[in-house]
Formats: sequence, C-alpha cells, structure tokens
Amino acid sequence: MDWKAEWKPLFWIIAVFTACFFLPVEAPRVQSAVIESLYLVKWYAQEHVLLCLVPAFFIAGAVAVFVSQAAVMKYLGPKANKFLAYGVASVSGTILAVCSCTILPLFAGIYRMGAGLGPACAFLYSGPAINILAIVLTARILGLEMGIARAVGAILFAVIIGLAMHFFFRHEEAEKAAAAPALGEEEGGRPLWQTALYFASMVGILVFANWGKPDQPTGLWHALYAAKWWITGGFSLALGLMLATWFELGLPRIALAAIPALLSAVILPQYPELAFTFGVVALSVLSNLKSTRDGEMGAWFSESWDFAKTILPLLLLGVLIAGVLLGRPGHEGLIPSQWVASLVGGNSVSANLFASVFGAFMYFATLTEVPILQGLLGAGMGKGPALALLLAGPALSLPNMLVIRSVMGTKKTGVFVLLVVVMSTSSGLIYGTLF
Amino acid sequence: MKKIQILGTGCPKCEKLAGNAKKAADNLGLDYEIEKVTELSQIMEFGVMSTPALAVDGKVLVVGKVASPAELEKLLG
Repeated sequence: MDWKAEWKPLFWIIAVFTACFFLPVEAPRVQSAVIESLYLVKWYAQEHVLLCLVPAFFIAGAVAVFVSQAAVMKYLGPKANKFLAYGVASVSGTILAVCSCTILPLFAGIYRMGAGLGPACAFLYSGPAINILAIVLTARILGLEMGIARAVGAILFAVIIGLAMHFFFRHEEAEKAAAAPALGEEEGGRPLWQTALYFASMVGILVFANWGKPDQPTGLWHALYAAKWWITGGFSLALGLMLATWFELGLPRIALAAIPALLSAVILPQYPELAFTFGVVALSVLSNLKSTRDGEMGAWFSESWDFAKTILPLLLLGVLIAGVLLGRPGHEGLIPSQWVASLVGGNSVSANLFASVFGAFMYFATLTEVPILQGLLGAGMGKGPALALLLAGPALSLPNMLVIRSVMGTKKTGVFVLLVVVMSTSSGLIYGTLF
Repeated sequence: MKKIQILGTGCPKCEKLAGNAKKAADNLGLDYEIEKVTELSQIMEFGVMSTPALAVDGKVLVVGKVASPAELEKLLG
C-alpha cells in the first residue's frame, strides 16, 4: 500500500463512517428538520418553479441574447460622462449581470479600461443584487416590498459607495491596462421599440401569471386577479404574434404550436398551469426546429436553458439546506428559532451589523440567498437585518474579495468592504424602522 | 502554428467556447494549440471586459459570446 497516496480516501471513509455511526436519526429535532426541508422543497416546486422561474429564465436568456453589452458599455468607457457613468453603472446590473461569473470581469474592465474606480464599485455593489432573476425571486418569495427595497437600496447605495470610493482615492489614478477595451460588435437589426415590446410581453406574462389573490374580494386588484389568466393569455398572444412576424417564424407555425395550449385551456380551464406548460413546450420546440436552431431563436433558447441548468440544481440544494437548518416559516429546523431571533431579531444596530458582516463574508450561490433568508425570516429575523443581508450578501463573499483585491489592491478592497457593511447596515436600519 | 486563447474566469460558457473552437480548428485541419487564460488581470491586458472571449495569436476575435463552430471556422480560416 502506498499510504502517501491512500491516506486521503481512508480519512474520508473513516469520517463518513463515524458520521453515519453516530447519525442522530432518532432525535425528534433531526427527524422534523428533514421533513421540514422536504415540505419546503415541495412548496417551492408547486408554487414557484413553473409560473415564476420558467418565464424568468426565458427573460434572462432573452436579455443575454438581445441586449447588446457593447451598447451599455459605451456609457462606462474611459471618455464617458462621469455623472452618467455612475447612473448607468448602478442600474446596468439588471441587464449586464445575468450570470454572476460576468460581474468580476466587467468590474475589472470598468476600473482599468473604462470610467474608473467609482463607477466600477457602483456596478460591483448593485450588479448581483438587481439582476432580473434575483429581483423576481425576491419579490415573489419574500414579498413585493422586500423586492422593491432590495432593488432601490442596491441602486441608491451603489451610487453612494461609488462616489465615496472615488472621493477617498481621488489622488490615485488606476494604472490603465495596455489595451483599449475591445467591445463586441454592436448587432444592429431590430429597432429598439420592437425589442422593448417583446420584453414587455414576457414581463407581462410573468407578472400576471403570478398575480396573487388579494385579501378583499372586491376592487381593482381582485378584478385583475379574476382576469389574470385572460390577461396572461393576451400577453402570450402578443408574444406569439411578435415571434411570427419580427422573428420570422411565420403565422402557420405559431398557430400550430399554440393548439395544445389552447385545447388544454378550453377543455381543462381549472388547470391553467397545464396550458402554460404546453405553451412553454411549444416555444421550446419552435426554437429547436432545423430552420431556427442556429438563428436567434435557437440562441435565445440555449441561453435560457443554460440559466435553468446552472440555477435549478443550486436552488434545489439551497432550499433543502435552508429547510433542514431553519424549517418552514412557523416551524423549526435544526437551528433553534431563539438563536436566530437573539442574533438578528428586531431592528437593533447590532442585529443589522451582524447580518451585513455575515452577508459580506458568506458565499451565496446564485439566488440561494432567497430561500435561506426566507428560513431566517420565518425563524424570527427582523426585516431590517434581512434587507441588510440581501444587500451585502451577493455583492461580496470571501472568494470574490480575493479576486477584487488582485484587481485593485488591499487598501481599496478594505475600504470597499467597510463601505458595503456600513451602507447595508444603515439601509437595513432605515427599512426596519419604516416597515 | 496558431495559438488559440480562451479568455474567461472559468464559467461553463468558457468551456463551451473552448469546445467549439477545438471543433472548428479540427474541421479546418489547423495546426494549433489551445490555452485557457483565467487570471483576471491577464484577461484585462487583452482589453476584454465581457467573457468568454477568444484570441488568436494575441488578437481578440470574439468578445462576450459563445460563437458557434461555424462562425469560428470563418474567423480561424
């Protein structure tokens, strides 16, 4: 035996064996925690995947294909108007940061080749928090006001952090990279209003398919709720027409593809999800025909598919772990609720500060911050600290601090982390006082 | 011999671009080597901000998208 090579597997075998040997399966807390996590996964699967995540994936895919990064980066280049650059940097995460792995290169690019330190930091702070999937999932699961607070807080504080960084380091000029920025060519083609309408129809489908039942059975909200499937259908029809004409799929193919969805809507109107599923399947088939596969329809589908493929497993794992540790709202998982409540309950400065620092160092895989936060809120976390964690969490983590440090040095990174923690804590405090 | 460099911090898209580039170069029967550039500061020196990107002999040809093998054949040929 070559023990130098074999000690590692041996170590793991012993570790896993010991863990299994003493596995506390009998303990009621463990049993209920496992059940809790299964309940939570089921709830997500039933309530959030089909109507919420699937359209969101298609929108994110469309953003990746039809929104030109080059067009946005024009406003963040070296000659860009400084005021405009801060504004664009803080909101452009919505469309530039659809995948978390694109954030850091863009940040480094804006810093070294573009508008400089301030806008780069603004982008780094808001980018991961305001991408389209994060906002949709936050609003759907943690409530509309939390979703809005997250977006507004991220954008507002991004500008402040960017300006502060610029002020602190105003005497230092970044060493500019050797090369001028190479941007992808701007793809012409569709006029802006067509692209805008195309996105609007998809956002309409997403919003109305998820329209929640209001408390009162009267009024405008309820009328919209009662008609939500008609409205969703209307938006789908509009999308279909756009695909038929501007995307050159042709009316006959669209009509043929819509038949299963229509049939199911007429025969089984009590299960609108079924018609919705048929619609999604039809769209997927249309994007993978021989004539569309290599065109923009194919590109759109494959981007959407990439998002689904990367994000769904992470989310499933995140929900399972959140369920085991924290349970559903109103139930307990492995971690007792008093612990959570004593650390981050209420809206004290220390609770907000703890949430921000924890968020800044902890790594959250794409979107998993949402189920984890839902568990924490259910276990007694205050709303202010929750927002603080949502703001500090995706922007920073220990691994990405190391990358940022390699780009702009230890001192600037330290100041940036400090600013993120301070700003997230204060926005948590403000939100917790207001709501 | 052509030196094909794939610039990207290691997300799945960079892998896909590398695969497509290999396919295209093989189809053309090129004499080539593929190198992956994952260090952010090195990527910056190419002037690339949106990954994945592809450079041939130091010249950036593709930025911010996964080019299909057919497109790459045109660029490499």
